[in-house]
Order: sequence, then structure tokens, then C-alpha cells
Amino acid sequence: MARYAMVRLLQAPVVLLVLITISFFLIRFAPGNPFSGDRNVDPQVMAALEAKYRLDRPLAVQYGCFLADLAKGDLGPSIKHKGHSVTEIIARALPASMLLGGLALCLALGMGLILGTIAALHQNSARDVGAMLLAVIGISLPTFVIGPMLQILFAMKLDWLPLTGYEGIRAPVYLILPALTLAFPFAARIARLARAGMLEVLQQDYIRTARAKGLPERIVILRHALRGALMPVVSYLGPAIASVTTGSLVVEMIFGIPGLGSKFVESALNRDFTLVIGTVIVYGTFIVICNLIADLAYGLLDPRVRFQEAGNA
Amino acid sequence: MRQLVMILIMLWIANSAAAAELPAWKARLLPEGDAWRETEQHFVFNNGTEPETLDPALITGVPESRIVDALFEGLISLDPETLEPRPGVAAAWSISADQLSYTFNLRANAKWSDGSPVTSQDFMASWERVLTPTTAAAYAYQLYPVKNAEAFNRGDIAEFAEVGATAPDARTFVVTLERPCPYFLDLVAFHTLFPTPTAVIKQHGDRWVRKDNIVNNGPFVLSEWLPEQRIELTGNPHYWDRKHVTLKKITVSPQTELNVAFNLFKKKQLHWLPALPLARIEEAQRDPDYYVMPYLGVYFYRFNCTKPPFNDARVRQAFALATNRELITSHILKGGQEPATWFCPPAGGYKHVAGLAYDPEKAVALLAEAGYGQNGKPFPEVELLYNTSEGHKAVAEALSQQWKNNLGAQISLHNSEWKVFLSDMNQLNYQIARSSWIGDYNDPNTFFDMWVSDGGNNRTGWSSKPYDELLQQAANEPDKATRFALFQDMERILVEQEMPILPLYIYVNQGLLAEQVLGWYDNVRDYHPLKYIWLER
Repeated sequence: MARYAMVRLLQAPVVLLVLITISFFLIRFAPGNPFSGDRNVDPQVMAALEAKYRLDRPLAVQYGCFLADLAKGDLGPSIKHKGHSVTEIIARALPASMLLGGLALCLALGMGLILGTIAALHQNSARDVGAMLLAVIGISLPTFVIGPMLQILFAMKLDWLPLTGYEGIRAPVYLILPALTLAFPFAARIARLARAGMLEVLQQDYIRTARAKGLPERIVILRHALRGALMPVVSYLGPAIASVTTGSLVVEMIFGIPGLGSKFVESALNRDFTLVIGTVIVYGTFIVICNLIADLAYGLLDPRVRFQEAGNA
Repeated sequence: MRQLVMILIMLWIANSAAAAELPAWKARLLPEGDAWRETEQHFVFNNGTEPETLDPALITGVPESRIVDALFEGLISLDPETLEPRPGVAAAWSISADQLSYTFNLRANAKWSDGSPVTSQDFMASWERVLTPTTAAAYAYQLYPVKNAEAFNRGDIAEFAEVGATAPDARTFVVTLERPCPYFLDLVAFHTLFPTPTAVIKQHGDRWVRKDNIVNNGPFVLSEWLPEQRIELTGNPHYWDRKHVTLKKITVSPQTELNVAFNLFKKKQLHWLPALPLARIEEAQRDPDYYVMPYLGVYFYRFNCTKPPFNDARVRQAFALATNRELITSHILKGGQEPATWFCPPAGGYKHVAGLAYDPEKAVALLAEAGYGQNGKPFPEVELLYNTSEGHKAVAEALSQQWKNNLGAQISLHNSEWKVFLSDMNQLNYQIARSSWIGDYNDPNTFFDMWVSDGGNNRTGWSSKPYDELLQQAANEPDKATRFALFQDMERILVEQEMPILPLYIYVNQGLLAEQVLGWYDNVRDYHPLKYIWLER
């Protein structure tokens, strides 16, 4: 287990370097110029701008300089947001995304597991159909529909919650609607995975053994079955955590959250080269780490995985 | 008691004397009565985006200028209603008889927000900064009417001393122009020519516009800047005219999602919404707070004049004649836009020419003359390029249908994201391309100088010697009527004879403005200085 974790940890920087390199060249080869606009930019102005951001040098040199700066932890200045460094922009946006994403994740896990378990325990009943119908709706309705619907209901009609805005942890009331919107599709997937996992586990011998030992059903479900049912959910959680905590363009735009998701898209559209790479690094790092944690958690949750690995070693 | 009466009388006299000092134009702009005192003077508006920067020398967008116009003040400011030049940092100015020399007398009480005086030296340093090539100010060309400014900006002259700006003393600033420029005062009121605190900029570099670093000279100061959350402005205690600034606080929201901003307005959390979501225009029009006004901008299509079939003026004319603009404005846009067969909006009182009205039969005849149609070769399929947007798509679809019906032309639509679109347009990698132009200043020149041969904003590959000569003549013509007649000659070439472009409509500005907002006026520049706004009830 420890060796496996070590190997994965050592792989991570290599994966990231490949990712950074590909993104660096892809965005440079994309047509379009970060400084172009509605009005023509005079050649001497363009030259000065390119010199300022080192874009006048050969691409290989730019790449070398970029890596050297990166080693020092410097992601360079944003081209679009003048006077702001990429590190600064990410440091400002990431906490907002993580706060919202963390909240959404808790909601998604709570709603998903409850729905999935209820559905599995009452397989083929009205409750099962109801729960899965809800899940299908959650998966198929895009956030740009759910978000405005929640806004119209809770902010416009009922006036219970603010329409849009962000005040951080000081005013969590602003986070409720965006977190719910963000949580829905994840909750729906988790519900379906949990249901499938639970149905499989309930057929297992050890569950029969637990029941035969006379354990109360509550204990059988919560202590033994749920653990097994979490397995498919956990492997899904790796990429899910990475995606939910690094921001969502749609939710951020609708609810005015100053998060990273909009930066990711906006920087690519603006050809803000430095910010593109910065957001790619953050997103890539999160994916790598979350997948690693998911793999490790897999081992912790399922004795069979641990046993197998011990046997192999 | 007698003392009290005396004091009251003296106060009254002082008060009326102060009021009498006010010029009529200004008295007209100030709140009447005391009703505003009962209202919290906190104005909230949606700016639609996060500003790229607040550096007057570098900004290029309208959202940025809304804030910068509140933070800084130029030598001249514009009347919010009539757009006439009014005193700013300069209390008075004079123009030489040959219109080549402008002398600005700076007011003694003009101060930076740190309390230091704004001097003519500040303007020298700021203009030098704008024109210095390494500053890379995209709007540096706004200073080009000044003698040698263009040469300095292009690096042909190394010494700023050769540029036509001098500061004989701290309160006198003299500008010499290359040639008479009838709209020069308009330019002086533009943010590129505003004073900037060059010492502060030297100290903090790019970060000088941050809340903790910025020093500015306008009616408001930056009291909060939370990126993508809000910007807050409060009164500048050092501003020379602070007693005529009514708003105490301004909150600027950067909400990009216009639907959400619209809902915020409905919830009375915004006083002003300067842009509306396309899908809710009709809903907005039923709102008593809806406003619409003409704008100094034009929506048009460019033809690539370097490649067939649009290298033939007759083909371009045919497309113009086969275009029914009323259908576009009344069925798709529905916002009161004015269908236009001409290019120049009424900038500075300019009267446009007629252009080519809708005449599909004449269009077919012209196309046949160019060798296409029943007796000639079939008209090739052409591609119409637009930048990805629902609105542009709707217009493009309608027009391609019209051209198909009227000319039998097959049009394929192609959309690309903004930066790719710009790159294609600049490299003439298109056949027909969607375009628009917003005037930089209130004079027709801003709509005509762009079509000069090989001009950076031409982007059609079209060039015309007679046009270039007319432009040159207009630049040297001091008489307004003659100058405007020259512009009309140019416009005839543009929209009747040569047609490198196909004008479609004149923009309008539409939005929602809460009833309690006063001191906000309709004008073609969409210029609404926050200094003059107040709230009542």
C-alpha cells in the first residue's frame, strides 16, 4: 500500500509537467492574439505589449523562461487583468470555489447516499422509482436551468434567500442556492452509484452472515452494507471533488461567485496565456491528488483490496 | 436675538452670492429644493463586467470609463446633457485665432486625493506617459492631433520636449496642434488625456490602481475593490467641487449574467441597469423605468474587397440593394434601432446621406451586369462570418435568407469566438463579416478616418484615392459646414458608390433606470457622469 502510494506520488509531477507542456503549446498555437480588440492596435503598441509579456521571443525560449519562473513559484502576470499576478488571482478565486464546492459536495453526498440507500432497500418499489426518477432529473437538468429556477423560486417569489452575491464564510446565506445548484447533478450520480453498490453488497455472504448473527438491520445496513455500497461512489468522488471544488463557470456566473471556474473559461477565450496555464495547473493538481486519495480510500474501505495487495507483495 | 438675525442675514447673502456665482449651465444640473436630503445618497448600478484596470491611460472599454470618469477629471469635462465642453481641472481656456494653440488655465484648488495640487506639470508627465511607446497605451492616438505626438509615440522622435505641450508655470498648460482639430476639446475630456499621478505610478508600477495605492483627482475615491464582487466609491474630500457632488456612496456591481442583473433591478437592488438581456427586451419595454436613446454607434457588415465576388463594387451594391433593414430592426432587434442605409450617426450634428434603399429588382439587374444570374455564371456560395452570439446569429440568418430570396445567393454562416474572429478579419480571411463601430468622440471624423487606405481599422482591403484626398481636405478644413459637406462626399463613396461596407442600423442604448435617479440625461455618448447624479424619494 505504502509503495503503491509512493509510486503514484512520484508519477504526479511528471503527469503535471506533461499537462503543462501540452497546454502551453496548445494555447500558443490557437488563432487569436491576447491584445487584439475591436479597435486596431498600432504596430508599435503591439510590439511594446508583446515585449512586456515576453511574447516577442522564440517559443522555445518562452517555454524555458516559463518553466524557470514556475520552479520559483511565479506564474507571471495576467495579461487581461492588468496589475494582477496569476498567483494572486488564483489565491483569491480558489478559496471561494473550494468553499462553495466543499459545501456542495457535503450536500451531494448526504442527498445522494440517502436517496441511493432508500432506493436499494426498497428495490422496485414506488420509493425506488421515485428516488431514481429524481436522480435522472438531477443528471439531465443542466445547472443553467436549475440555478435560475431556484433563484426565481427562493429569491424572487418567496424572497427567502439572496439572488446573487458572495460574502465568503461571513454570510453563508449567499452560498445556499449556488451550493444546491452545484450539488444536484453530483447528488443524482451518487444516488445511482450508491444504489447499485448497495444492491450488490446486499447479496454478499458477509451480509447474510451478519444478519444470521442476529444483528439489528440498522447495524447491518449502516456498518456493513453502506461501507461496501460506498465503493463505486468513492471511485467517482476523485474526479468529482476535483471538478466541484475548482469551480463551475455557470454557477459562478449566475450567482456572482468570484471563483476559479469562470477564470478557467474566460482566460482561454481572452488568450490570457499565463492565466490559462495557472488554472490548468490548479485543476490538474487537484485531479491528480483527488484520484490518488480515492485510490487510497478504496483500499481502506475494502478489505479485499488490501488483502490482495498484501498477497501480491 | 439681533445677533442671530444678523448672522442669518449674512448667511443668506453669502448663500445667494455663491449661487449667483454659479454659471447657468451648472445651476441647471444641481438638485432643486431639499427633497434629496431625505434620501440615502447611495447609488448602485450594474457595470456588466469586472474592469480590466482603472488606469485612465490604458482603459479602452465603456465599463472601465464609467468608473474612471468618477475617479479622475481632465482639463475639460463634458456637460452631461449637451456634451458641450465645461471647465474641469482647467477653470478657463483660450484658443488662438488659427485654432492651433490651446491655453488652459488650471484652477488653484484642483487637488489630488492626497491633498497635493494638480499642476500643469502633472499633465505634461501624464501625456508623456501615454505617448511613451513602452506604456503601450492602445488609445494613445487620441493625442495625435497634438504636434509631434504621433512621431513620439511611434518612436521617430526621442525627446518629449518636441511634442506640442508645455507648462510655462504650474497653472498654465499650453498645447500646440499639428493642424486645426475642431473636436480637440472633446478629446481633452477623454480619459486617455486625464492626469495620472506619475510619481505614484513610478513607485507602485502596475499596481498603482489598487485601493491602497491609488491617488486620483476626480469627485470620488476608491474605497473598496473586491474583484468580481463589487467596487465602492465614496466622495473625495479633496475634490475642488465637492460641495456640488451629491452622491455619498456608489456601489458598482460586475454581474455579467444580464438575466440575473435584470432580476436584481426588479428586486430594487440596482438603480441602473445599462444593458438588457436580449430575451427580455420586450418585458423591459413594459417597465416604466425603461429608457431608450440613440447611440453614437453603427452595426454593419464588411465585404472583403480583395477577392471575388466582392472585389466588384456592383456585387457589393447589389447586396446592399437586396437588404431589407426594417425587417431586421422591427422583427429581430425590436429595441427601436434605426435602420440605416448610411454609415455615420448624427455625431456633432452631422447629417447623413441617403445611401441605397431596398430595391431587389435593381439588385438583380446589377448582379447580372456583374456577370451573375440567369444569363451569366451562377453566383458562388459565400460565407458570412460573425463572432459567436445569439444576436449576431439571428441577424445573419435573416440576411442570408433575404439574399437567397432576392438574389438567389447561397450564404453559409460561420461563427467563431471573438479572438479567432478578430484574427480572421484582420487577415482578410473572410468574405462578409459582421462589424460595428462606436465613435470615440462626438465628431464624424471618428467614423470616416477609419476607411483611409491601409488604415488599421479598415479591414476590408478597400482603398480609394478620392476618398483619401477628401479625408485629407476635411482634416485641413476649419469651416464646419464645408468640413461636414466633405464628410458627406466621403459617405457617398462609402454607402452609394463603392460600398466596401453594408450599414445595417444605428445603435440605441437601452436599459432600466429607477425613477428616483435624477441628474441622468439622455445623450448619444451614453455618458452619465456620476458627479451629477442624485437620488430622491
